Amino acid sequence: MKKTIATALFSCSALLFAGSVLAADTIKIGYNIPMTGDIPKVGESSKFSAEMLKADINGAGGLEVGGKKYMLEFVYEDNEAKAESAVTTALKLIEKDEILAMIGPNSSKQAVPAGQVADDNRTVMVTPWSTNPDTTKDRPWVFRAAFLDPFQGPVAVNFAVKTFGAKTAAVLYDLSNDYSKGLAEIFRDVFEEKLGKGSVVAFESHGTKDQDFSAQLTKIISAKPDFIFVPDNYNQVALIVRQSHQLGYKGQFMGSDAWGSSELMTLCGDDCKGLYFSTHYAAAGAKGATKEFIDRYTAKYGYVPDDVAALTWDATNIVIKAIQDTGGLTGKLRKDRKAIRDAMSKIPSFEGVTGNMKFDEQGDPIKCAVVVRISDSGEFEFAESVCP
Amino acid sequence: MLATTIQNIINALQWGSFYALIALGYTMVYGVLTLINFAHGDIFMVGAYIAFFVATFILSMLGLPGWIALALTIPLTMILTSAVGVSLERVAYRPLRRKGAHRLYVVITALMCGLILEHANLALLGASRKAFPALITEHVYTIGGVTFTNLKVAVIFTAILSFVILHWIVTKTKVGMAMRAISYDKFAVPLMGIPIDSIIVITFALGSGFAGLAGILFAMSYPVLEPYMGALIGWKAFIAAVVGGIGDIRGAFLGGFLLGAVEIMVVAFFPSTYRDLIAFTVLLVILSLKPTGLFGIAKTTKI
Repeated sequence: MKKTIATALFSCSALLFAGSVLAADTIKIGYNIPMTGDIPKVGESSKFSAEMLKADINGAGGLEVGGKKYMLEFVYEDNEAKAESAVTTALKLIEKDEILAMIGPNSSKQAVPAGQVADDNRTVMVTPWSTNPDTTKDRPWVFRAAFLDPFQGPVAVNFAVKTFGAKTAAVLYDLSNDYSKGLAEIFRDVFEEKLGKGSVVAFESHGTKDQDFSAQLTKIISAKPDFIFVPDNYNQVALIVRQSHQLGYKGQFMGSDAWGSSELMTLCGDDCKGLYFSTHYAAAGAKGATKEFIDRYTAKYGYVPDDVAALTWDATNIVIKAIQDTGGLTGKLRKDRKAIRDAMSKIPSFEGVTGNMKFDEQGDPIKCAVVVRISDSGEFEFAESVCP
Repeated sequence: MLATTIQNIINALQWGSFYALIALGYTMVYGVLTLINFAHGDIFMVGAYIAFFVATFILSMLGLPGWIALALTIPLTMILTSAVGVSLERVAYRPLRRKGAHRLYVVITALMCGLILEHANLALLGASRKAFPALITEHVYTIGGVTFTNLKVAVIFTAILSFVILHWIVTKTKVGMAMRAISYDKFAVPLMGIPIDSIIVITFALGSGFAGLAGILFAMSYPVLEPYMGALIGWKAFIAAVVGGIGDIRGAFLGGFLLGAVEIMVVAFFPSTYRDLIAFTVLLVILSLKPTGLFGIAKTTKI
């Protein structure tokens, strides 16, 4: 009798032990992304792309780290595209969900404050889409997969001067958005340096929730610029371009990478056709691994992946590579997070679907930008590639 | 310079039209019930979404041309939006009134109703934006450097027409007389045989109907719809109603255009960075000089 009880106890504890071992065999990565709020399509793209990658790896039996197989577990949290929510979301992922590394937030508006949280709490954060220098500046735990605005600004200036033959420019930007404001100022400085003081004839701003831009556009149009630079999110771009046409503007626009959402054309329609913007990759006419990624994504979700989808794919792959490079996980959160950070900074160069990238000492990749033209069928066509 | 000024006046009239149309609904409900219906901005949002669904249905399912679709969308949207406003009154405000709750609780309920409408929309339709279909072809006219579209002119005229109709209802009809009577004395009016509940329902129906109209015009002018589109514009329209003198229809109408004009003119003459700062300072100054608003007279007949 005693023996049976002992056996029962033993097998029970063995089961419990086995259970805890199984539970430890997962790697948790957190996603701090905007699934509601101003830019929900950005969060959706990130999530879809991550889900596809997870299905690939878990479908193949898991991720091998130091001779052991781990299943991936992705935790998606909504930051509502707000700076303050991004901070609480980051804290929740780091402390409550006990993730090994965080992907996101996507826009600089959320990535700049969330980067501070990740850095303070010693957790690796890789933002796929943020281009503002402050996100990673002096933060050893924060990395990114996108190029920087000090690089993107000159790309836009040079392209516009060459292609439109522009002598003057006007800028309309979102005052409460770190990304938009930063890029607008870089653009103004570079343009004025190149074409002389006063060549930016109008420099106007608006608020994030604004829907009417007629006053700013009237001011811009009466200054007669050769083109208007609009470093704004796609939802506002749709309204700005349309309203400028209603006010009789027939000239060109130059946009930035925040234009590149698959939702831009549903919202903007015919008004946006023929315009140019700088971005991370061009879906139309891609080759190799990029084409394979685009085809699979399109087949699975029914639309061409935008740059956020591609950058999330790259960002997640970089983190996974760093986890593999650690050569084995200890199961102790602080130690593993530190090992991942060290491995991240040692990655010499990485070949992603948005191009090759090398990280500098700030955790920023050195990679190429492309300028795309919105074709008459609404596709983002490759126009020019600019490398640093 | 002259052309730019006229251009800015047209911009201000168009933008002010939306404030005016929404402020009318605030002021009517306040005039009758002394209730600040904070859900009104979200009723406007619901109106825009109803217009979206009605217009898409008529265009795609029935395959009718754009102008017929517009002619059908306007009355249908106004009726459906009034139904939303009336059911809100029936479900949320009337039970509180029956129990004799303090006005403060009704205002908080109104705030919550607004949030419920926003988040119900978010839950049902998801966060991605809707693009409103083009119902009429927009023509851009340029006369002497001043540019306007047929839609802009239509918006401004609709706002003025709505004001005239509402003003006529309130001052010249029996229902309007009953509304004014209720704002005088809520307790004596039922003794005169006036069905107070029906009058309140009519007030909500009118206010919400015109919010629905504002929703259609807004969706046509700014064709990107999202669940929170009514929040900020609703708050600002409320400020417009207060500046005009809440409870007075003329006040709401002029307050709406005043706010629109101040916002546009500030951008036209100052750096746009300071828009809201300067715009609301101007309104604050107006209110501190005339605390009851432009048309408000303390403790007299409202509406």
